[in-house]
Amino acid sequence: MLAFLVRRLIGMVLVLAAVSFIVYFVFVIIPGGDPATRIAGKLATQTNIDEIRQRLGLDKPFVVQWFDMVKALFTGELRSYFTQLNVRQQIIEGLPVTFSLSIGAAIIWFFFGVVVGVLAAVKAGRLSDRLITVLALIGISMPVFFLGVVLRYLFAQRNSWFPDGGYVPLTSNPAQWFYHLLLPWLTLAVLFIGFYGRVLRGNMLDTINEDFVRTARAKGLSPRRVLIKHVLRNSLIPIVTLFGLDFAAVLGGGAILTESVFNLHGVGWYAATSVASLDLPPLMGVTLYGAFFIVVFSTIVDLLYAWLDPRVRIS
Amino acid sequence: MAERLLEVRGLKVRFATDDGIVNAVDGVDFTLDRGRVLGVVGESGSGKSVTAMTILGLTRSSNARFEGDVTYKGRSLLTMSEEQLRDVRGNEIAMIFQDPMTSLNPVYKVGDQIVEAITTHENVDKRQARSRTVDLLKQVGIPNPERRVDDYPHHFSGGMRQRAMIAMALACNPDVLIADEPTTALDVTIQAQIIELIDRLKDDFNSAVILITHDLGVVAEIADEIVVMYAGRVVERGGKRDVFYDPQMPYTWGLLGSIPRLDRPKPERLASIKGAPPSLLNLPRGCRFRPRCPHAFDKCMQEPELENRVETPGHLDRCWLSVEEKRSVRERTIRGEEAAA
Repeated sequence: MLAFLVRRLIGMVLVLAAVSFIVYFVFVIIPGGDPATRIAGKLATQTNIDEIRQRLGLDKPFVVQWFDMVKALFTGELRSYFTQLNVRQQIIEGLPVTFSLSIGAAIIWFFFGVVVGVLAAVKAGRLSDRLITVLALIGISMPVFFLGVVLRYLFAQRNSWFPDGGYVPLTSNPAQWFYHLLLPWLTLAVLFIGFYGRVLRGNMLDTINEDFVRTARAKGLSPRRVLIKHVLRNSLIPIVTLFGLDFAAVLGGGAILTESVFNLHGVGWYAATSVASLDLPPLMGVTLYGAFFIVVFSTIVDLLYAWLDPRVRIS
Repeated sequence: MAERLLEVRGLKVRFATDDGIVNAVDGVDFTLDRGRVLGVVGESGSGKSVTAMTILGLTRSSNARFEGDVTYKGRSLLTMSEEQLRDVRGNEIAMIFQDPMTSLNPVYKVGDQIVEAITTHENVDKRQARSRTVDLLKQVGIPNPERRVDDYPHHFSGGMRQRAMIAMALACNPDVLIADEPTTALDVTIQAQIIELIDRLKDDFNSAVILITHDLGVVAEIADEIVVMYAGRVVERGGKRDVFYDPQMPYTWGLLGSIPRLDRPKPERLASIKGAPPSLLNLPRGCRFRPRCPHAFDKCMQEPELENRVETPGHLDRCWLSVEEKRSVRERTIRGEEAAA
């Protein structure tokens, strides 16, 4: 167990180093990416550009540049090229928003994903199953930017039942926090509900035919107990893996569209604005931030998997 | 006379499928008394398992149709409500299955799965149920039961899992134990142990056993009565000695011939029945074994009833040949000299 964790920790550091290196490398080779030229503006002379380049340390060897940037990020000194705002500070400010959005949406999508999956599996082949399937496919196919805008229009602009975007901190007003986040939560959750429902339905229909389910029925268990304790319990194992990684991605700033549509200034929104201005330091910051959650959660998922399925051994 | 536990009368089970109506079971009759072992023998698809599952109501579904009757201590199991049937399942009639590797839930401890069987039917607390589980594991021959009770199924070997399944089946002291091919998936050396275990526990628990198998060698050891099934029907039924020493149905001869015999010269050691069982969607007219029978004649186009045709009462078969004819030709068929046309 300890050896496993140490190994994963070393792996984590290597993955993050590789991710940051690739981000830097990609940024340097993309056309128009050179920060010095962009900062200097249209009328700049070569001297101006060289000056800026020297100031930002962009004249040093590539590997040194990369190392300096990562170091500055971790010591909290890294600043945006354009806004001069501190990158780490900006990410930390975005955390409450991103965490509120992710955790709330994850609870909704996991709960309703399971409900949808179980209902569809129990009613497999009947009309209600087909109806659920169609709704799930609509949910999966619905782009977040479209769904978010439609919800805003219908529920916040045409009828002012909900606030039109924005964020209220949980600590200052929990009711308003909830009220403001409800539409973003639903928008973000819809895709996952449909997807999880489909996957769980398939898993359950496979599990229902297992011999141990027949054993459970032959024992005289009630259909509900057979379904929950023997079918659902075994079918949830792959869903937990999916959930861990999806949750990590959203927590890591992956809800870029939802945050942008609802004007929530979280990490995803910060990533979106940084991409728009090709601002390397914030991009490096949010990428590493996101990668961190992915690697941490993939380790958690592995541990959880071993706990859920006793046949899996951590080694 | 021993108490009559189970009575199956004219049982028919049909399933509606996309390809048509499957006549999985088409006329099965037998009875089971306390303390007895009934061997049900036949090839795959002969309806043995469906008959067993139907007794427990496990074949009930929207596309299944039942006829005839199954009574347990005078109560009809076919017409019983699902709730009433759940009280019977695992409690009064328990079942063990063919593949012990997949019949236990991999994510729960073996002991907990047996505890679940006890607490479902009896009002006992977890501690009592657990100590009973340890006793049961000891009875079925699991070494170190106090420790093994907390093992997961994957820690058990195939033979041990089948022992655990038997412990689970006996947890509520059922009157009837249905064993559906309990040894098919096991090593030959383990098979005999499991069969002996079932035989011994039947006496310890004072219950009756239905042993389903395709292996006449297995039933030879412990069965009192034998039912031979073919294409959804009982084709021969009688006491073990009658069926083994005076078999009346050419299909039974074929089964007897398919037991490898090392005491015979090489070409006669193992005879097989030519051809394959008929499709249950499209059954042959008359005797269902006719297309594979080396002795079939005109009359076999008519349907033979399951009747007593020999001197021994209670020994029934479905074959038109005269008893004298059967006795004169069967030895050659069993030796494989007249494998079917």
